[in-house]
Amino acid sequence: MRIASLAALIWASVAVAAQGFEVEERVFYPAENEQSVLSIISTADREAFEPILLAFQSENPGVSIDYTITGTTDVMQAIQDEGAVFDLAISSAMDLQTKLANDGFAQSYPGAPLGRLPDWASWRNQLFAFTQEPAVLVVSTADFPGGITPRTRDELIAVLRAQPGKFRGRVGTYDVRRSGFGYLMATQDSRNSEAFWRLMEVMGRLDAKLYCCSGDMIRDVASGKLALAYNVLGSYARSQKDLIEGFEIIELEDYVNVMLRTALIPASAENPADARRFIDFLIGMGGRPELVSQSGLPAIDTTSFDNNTALRPIRFGPGLLVFLDQLRRSSFLKSWESALLQE
Amino acid sequence: MKLRGSIRRRLFFQLAGVAALLSVAFFLVLREVAEGAAEGTQDEILAASATAIADSLRSESGGVTLDLPYSALSMLGTVSQDRVFYRVTVAGETLTGYDDLPQPARAPQSARAPQPGAPVFDTLNFRGDDVRIVSISRRVGSQASQAQVVVTVAQTRQGLAAISRRITSTATSIGVGFFLLATALSLLAAGSALAPIDRMTGAVTRRGPQDLRPVTAETPAELVPLVEALNSFMGRLRASLSRTEDFIAEAAHRVRTPLATVRAQAEVVHRKLSKPEHKRAIREMIRAIDESSRSAGQMLDHAMVTFRADSLATEELGLGNLLTETCDRLGPTADLKDITIRRLIPEEPIRFNGDGILLQAALMNILDNAIKYSPEDSEITVALVAGEDLCFSVTDEGRGFGDMGLERLTTRYERGQNVGDIVGSGLGLTIADDVARVHGGRLSISENTKGQGACVSLHLPR
Repeated sequence: MRIASLAALIWASVAVAAQGFEVEERVFYPAENEQSVLSIISTADREAFEPILLAFQSENPGVSIDYTITGTTDVMQAIQDEGAVFDLAISSAMDLQTKLANDGFAQSYPGAPLGRLPDWASWRNQLFAFTQEPAVLVVSTADFPGGITPRTRDELIAVLRAQPGKFRGRVGTYDVRRSGFGYLMATQDSRNSEAFWRLMEVMGRLDAKLYCCSGDMIRDVASGKLALAYNVLGSYARSQKDLIEGFEIIELEDYVNVMLRTALIPASAENPADARRFIDFLIGMGGRPELVSQSGLPAIDTTSFDNNTALRPIRFGPGLLVFLDQLRRSSFLKSWESALLQE
Repeated sequence: MKLRGSIRRRLFFQLAGVAALLSVAFFLVLREVAEGAAEGTQDEILAASATAIADSLRSESGGVTLDLPYSALSMLGTVSQDRVFYRVTVAGETLTGYDDLPQPARAPQSARAPQPGAPVFDTLNFRGDDVRIVSISRRVGSQASQAQVVVTVAQTRQGLAAISRRITSTATSIGVGFFLLATALSLLAAGSALAPIDRMTGAVTRRGPQDLRPVTAETPAELVPLVEALNSFMGRLRASLSRTEDFIAEAAHRVRTPLATVRAQAEVVHRKLSKPEHKRAIREMIRAIDESSRSAGQMLDHAMVTFRADSLATEELGLGNLLTETCDRLGPTADLKDITIRRLIPEEPIRFNGDGILLQAALMNILDNAIKYSPEDSEITVALVAGEDLCFSVTDEGRGFGDMGLERLTTRYERGQNVGDIVGSGLGLTIADDVARVHGGRLSISENTKGQGACVSLHLPR
């Protein structure tokens, strides 16, 4: 941390004129004895990722890291449409990463040390998952005292229907039109359960509030402004649990979608050797609990799937391309809007 | 004998060659079938995917629209991790999907023109990879606004290549295993096919030198002419040998009879002569006549042994009596040289099944030899011992056999090296040895353990 604050150079968080994709922040971690530069485009916040970057750098002292933070669709845009040159693309949008790999914008890394990882955590030797982040229900402690909370989506629907007065205007979820994570979770929900559309219908009738980000939802639930928020990023909620009081995290028992954060090496990478080393490092994160707790990014842990069979990792594969189809997306959004936006 | 190849080797290499050919054919067929099946599977999944997409096409407010079914693409990800592309066109305009994805060319030259709506397959290069591509065309819409919709789905073939590699390696190991097994079996087969030859070789090799009977071992049809030729050859050889033996016996007989006459006449002359030098000359003559007669007798004995050995006439014999009789018959000869024959013959009878005439001839020859080579006024010990085997031994105080081995001494007409001054035919021990052999026994020679001289023993099995 000390080194980082001394050495990190921070560019202004404005879009560089030549680029169409929007850069939120760009951080440079120079090596003392620079031999190569690893440029990363990522959707992970600086606070979350800095410990990982510094740990990697301390193991590979000759590597400077150029870390660019942007949104999920911007990662896609930068690599697919604008041919921006990065050595590594890290994103929480599994569907977009899958499309990049499927459409030939990723290069293979055969022989990655996948020993610890389950089969579903990598695809084509191009996509490598390194975190597992469940979508959870967050409820305010005040509205659900004594730990009596809904355990399944059907129970949640029943609770909401039973007391419309209490919950009107006090339920929240992602605005799937704006959030890639929200859209991915909603589409997976629609595949998994018929209850999803009933839930959306009920939430729409209760005048649900729509959010762009998990952080806002958690804050509003904790403050009591919302009674509950559906499909919140579990890893983020957990990292906030120590900071904010007044909310509970619930993993529903019928099923829990688990999003995997992935890294891929773009086909145009100029320094794939360091990128491969970085992927090795990310895959090995499960063996470094201190990094997991510093970053708040839960490493892949197969025992958690054995303990809780409701956890369902979203599978890589061509199926993820379906909801990226223009027609399919617009029809899904139409259904979603008609369920949630009942004027 | 000129060695020209080996049947076993030729048989083995030909069988192994056939096995190699079959293995290669097996490998090719297996790979062809398995890869065909794998490709067929990919085609079927692609067609199912395209059909699922085509089935969810619907017409809405005058246009065609589509809710891409999740399963249509996810089913393509179940078998392999191949890249997937799709495209839906309405009247040539891309409705959704990858608008640079080519559509497979219709194949008008094919004998069976595809049914309208049937899937059309092709393998093309798209975005740097070989892709298997299928397209299905449908007419969508009501009568008035019908549109031709083409659904195209493509998948890269890396999974197929991996399957193909696996199939190839499996087929290779099966083919190699098959070849090795077949080769090992052909080695066995070559061995077993040639076993009758080995058996016959053994049957012929095991025979004694005198055995010229026809081969009667079980013979495979292919070897019958060879065996017949061999038998006929041996028959001729036997006839020729027996003619020779007959001739020798006849000759010996014809010589011996007149010699007896000559000897009788010489004795008459000897008695009539008075001058000592004349008497000495006649004695020399008589001695020479005796030797010649003895040699002729041995030749006859030998011919007899050869003849009787072919068809041994066995009877129960008392060996003690046999030996006593032999000693009695040679007693006068020994007396001439003042030689004492000490007989160590057990009282109790010792029984043996054998040919009495042959055994007698053998013992006569051994004892006669001993007398002949013993100095005057010496002792010869004749013993019969029934121990592990039945053993006649004749021990003299003569000059012994020197360094010559038994093998040479029992060879016809071969004599010891230290016998120059004594006439002899070299047949005595040969006859004894032959007789011992036909009775399953053997002859042995050794030094006299009690001083100068030799010991000849004839062993017979109990």
